[in-house]
Amino acid sequence: MKKKFKLEDLDCAHCAAKMEEAIKGIDGVNDAVVNFLAQKMTIDAVDDRFDAIMEEVKAVCAKIEPDCQILV
Amino acid sequence: MTKKQKKMLTRIIIAFVLLAALMTCEHIKILPENIWIELILFAVPYLIIGYDIILKAAKNIKNGQIFDENFLMMIATFGAFGARDFSEAAAVMLFYQVGELFQSYAVGKSRQSISDMMDICPEYANIEENGTLTQVDPDDVEVGSVIVIKPGERVPLDGIVIEGESLIDTAALTGESVPRRATEGDEIISGCVNGSGTLKVRTTKEFDDSTVSKILELVENASSKKAKVENFITKFAKYYTPVVTIAAVILAVLPPLVLGGGWSEWIHRACIFLVISCPCALVISVPLGFFGGIGAASRIGVLVKGGNYLEAVAEMTTIVFDKTGTLTKGEFKVSGLYAENGFSPETLLELAAHAEGYSNHPIAGSIKAAYLERTGKDIDLSRVGEAEEQAGHGISVMVDEKQVFIGNEKLMQAKGIGKTDYTSVTENGTVCYVACENVYVGAVIISDSVKDGAREAIADMKKVGVKKCVMLTGDRTAAAEAVSKSLGIDEFHAELLPADKVTRVEELLNRRGEKERLAFVGDGINDAPVLARADIGFAMGSMGSDAAIEAADVVLMDDDVRKIAAVVRIARRTLKIVKQNIVFALAVKALVLILGALGMANMWEAVFADVGVAVIAILNSMRTLSH
Repeated sequence: MKKKFKLEDLDCAHCAAKMEEAIKGIDGVNDAVVNFLAQKMTIDAVDDRFDAIMEEVKAVCAKIEPDCQILV
Repeated sequence: MTKKQKKMLTRIIIAFVLLAALMTCEHIKILPENIWIELILFAVPYLIIGYDIILKAAKNIKNGQIFDENFLMMIATFGAFGARDFSEAAAVMLFYQVGELFQSYAVGKSRQSISDMMDICPEYANIEENGTLTQVDPDDVEVGSVIVIKPGERVPLDGIVIEGESLIDTAALTGESVPRRATEGDEIISGCVNGSGTLKVRTTKEFDDSTVSKILELVENASSKKAKVENFITKFAKYYTPVVTIAAVILAVLPPLVLGGGWSEWIHRACIFLVISCPCALVISVPLGFFGGIGAASRIGVLVKGGNYLEAVAEMTTIVFDKTGTLTKGEFKVSGLYAENGFSPETLLELAAHAEGYSNHPIAGSIKAAYLERTGKDIDLSRVGEAEEQAGHGISVMVDEKQVFIGNEKLMQAKGIGKTDYTSVTENGTVCYVACENVYVGAVIISDSVKDGAREAIADMKKVGVKKCVMLTGDRTAAAEAVSKSLGIDEFHAELLPADKVTRVEELLNRRGEKERLAFVGDGINDAPVLARADIGFAMGSMGSDAAIEAADVVLMDDDVRKIAAVVRIARRTLKIVKQNIVFALAVKALVLILGALGMANMWEAVFADVGVAVIAILNSMRTLSH
């Protein structure tokens, strides 16, 4: 399943790249794109665990850029 | 400014006033000599301006993120405190935050201008039910529903006009400023703005498949297809920070050990390294530059599907064109009337149009259209008598009780219209000979006409550095030669089958140089293999034909080949700006790093090399947006 999320307060382009890489490393994530300019994140992950994966995504993002909020 | 930015501005002002006061006091020597009191005094503005940096740094250390700019700024300023440069520590933090604020403001501004430009998304659709209009989400409208578009509203879904008449502003999609007329039966594309009339439209697509959704999706995804330069910067950024940080550590430790002493001086120099260790200037400005270039192209009605394609367009030296539908209009029109034996061209056309009165052959359509255009009259079918089709040759028919023949040379010969009676016509195209009562009247030439501006388009492409323009066509050699000559094409290959086009393009690909790129321009309908094979595939969007948008790398929304040269200019400009930023940022950073290591640069210069350069690079990148 592919889903798009809006991001708020994504101020650092370097962090966006780091977030993208960290999200790609999560088990069950097929692909992830963090678009710094559009402040959007697209996540393609396996269907059955999507919500659990999203929790992990939020956790890694909070670690890398604590200011940034994922709007669901 | 956002709330967050305003809050930061207040902090900056307070810290600045405090710091300025303290520094003045220090200067006129009214501060107490005690170092601890001094430390506490300067710590106040430092903490006001930098507390969030320290908090973030602490959080990041806990999360195992060390090479992070907050942490590095903290270490650098702590280092300055350690070296007893209190005012400098506070000032550097202040300057850094000012730079960050500028940066965040500039990024916000560019995000805003990009989203303004992409503001083509319709918010609602009007559905008529029992005589009242209700606004609904375009997503909820089913195919085949009837929607009402009021004057000034954005067209929410693709459809066909079933009632009303209006002028449609397509500028947001095509960059074309002249509005199009839309009346009953016309197709209408989502994303355009309705002019002064109210339209009733039967939708033909769901919102997700409509032109506006396709375009938005395409532009948003464009930034995921990265140019080589972007990939280079991503890689560079990965190594840059750790390398500079390690260099800072070495600089702080090694020289004092070797030289025996001078710790505070070398730590101070190392701190300068830490301040410059963020690659932000590059990481933000390079993608922003490409995004701006893609945005500028979309504003003139050209969709570029990724930064990599924009980069390739800038390096394009060979362009291969498909003829029909690309350089020519693909519609057949009367292009010449050769009247003989005392007949006037008007009579010739009138006879031809009436003779073809009952025919529905495309050529008959072209002749009838030409008659309507010239005289403003429809043909009068009561004047047309019995018609007899002569298969493969033409028609013999009674017009105004006179025997008229219209057809090819064979028909004329068969009917005994002597060769001496008609001259051979040299103009290219399909020739229809007309004879009346066994006397040759003349010939009507029907040909595909060259697109408006195609000639200028080719000349303009040459001007922007395209070395070779090649035309491929399935058409006859004579017709191809004529078009190619009139347009100034360098090379043409005619009478090709679709598969031959791929072979020709492959040959040309082999002949191009290392850093050269080849583009193919087609209408996107049956040239998908060639579009895919070329370095860059340009397709005619025909206002949203799905096939074209899928197959091509670059879509010309209004089929105007003149836009190609314009895109080349945008691409070149974008690449130039991106390269300027890279060279500028790297040069300033390298210079300050070297001066810093030699003890000739101070913290102020280091902060400038970090955030100052970032702000300048962002502002420079924003120039890609304008054209």
